[in-house]
Amino acid sequence: MEKLISLEIDGKEVKAREGMTVLEAAKEAGIEIPTLCYHEKLEPYGACRICSVEVERGGRTQVVASCGYPVEEGMKIKTRSERIDQIRKTIIELIAPSLSDGGVVGKVRELADEYGADTSVFMSTFKATPTRCILCGQCVRYCSEVVAANAIGFVGRGVERRVVFLPERASRFCPTCRECYEVCPTGKIAAETDGSIFPEFSIDDFLSGKM
Amino acid sequence: MIGISGIVSKIVDKYQEDRGMLIQILLDVQSGLGWLPKEVLTEVGKQLGVPLTRVYQVATYYKVFSLAPRGRHLVRVCMGTACQVRGSPLIRDRVQQLLGIEPGETSSDMKFSFETVNCLGCCAMGPMMTVDDGYHGHLTIPDVEEALEKYK
Repeated sequence: MEKLISLEIDGKEVKAREGMTVLEAAKEAGIEIPTLCYHEKLEPYGACRICSVEVERGGRTQVVASCGYPVEEGMKIKTRSERIDQIRKTIIELIAPSLSDGGVVGKVRELADEYGADTSVFMSTFKATPTRCILCGQCVRYCSEVVAANAIGFVGRGVERRVVFLPERASRFCPTCRECYEVCPTGKIAAETDGSIFPEFSIDDFLSGKM
Repeated sequence: MIGISGIVSKIVDKYQEDRGMLIQILLDVQSGLGWLPKEVLTEVGKQLGVPLTRVYQVATYYKVFSLAPRGRHLVRVCMGTACQVRGSPLIRDRVQQLLGIEPGETSSDMKFSFETVNCLGCCAMGPMMTVDDGYHGHLTIPDVEEALEKYK
């Protein structure tokens, strides 16, 4: 018998099993927390921070990423507050410029509207190339953890960080898989790949400086 | 003559095929070859059981790794904060002028590769430049020519 933990999320008493994350406990209780890099089949990654929530313990509050934070007995969670909304709004505003090429659409657009984010506020100061990729890593992790194909991966760092396909792996696995098309929250992969080859962003494009 | 797989397996064995030593292994391989050709990355991945995507992720993340052939001598100019305020942009420009190549490039005779780095770890000696394993600190513009002359 697994140990049950009781905690409070947005004033509601919630029972969770030991080892669950705050995000999973909230989900089970029907409380929605927005996510961008979370995927139920994947290990928590904690990259986007959009799932940040406030945890109250001993009269002090702390902001944590709920996707990777384990539940504890008696913890009090707030999934919406002025502080949290401000954090989410800023995250969306910072993400928006990398999407500007394809427009801020889909899930990020919905979140921008929900949190009143001004998606153009950082456009003029954004110096990198808009890639339509928010580096959430869902495709990379899905390809590695679920499909075990390792055909797509991260390269580079900082503003030059990109997701690329390895042609020799991709040609073997991708034609019959393409599950990352669905996983990508911005729709970049489906939009920029044509059939079984990946001309827009392979490792060779990255190394030759084309992207 | 030992092939790539022989070179790699010797180094991989030295680290007991420990995946956590990927960075150290790549550094060792690179110190022998000067750079990391694709065949080497593939071989390291294969022997360690690390996916090639992961090997590329690490190899492209760190500036110390080069995925393109490098010249016989590697010139690194520090562009860290301390060196910057002491005039490292002038040092960089002088190196560029003397070697005729920009940061990130290799001269066509394969003699020199030139890079800028963000810190060489000896800020008190700025402005700093290294040529291969030799450190040159407190540089002035005339010093640059003198330092490079030895390697020509």
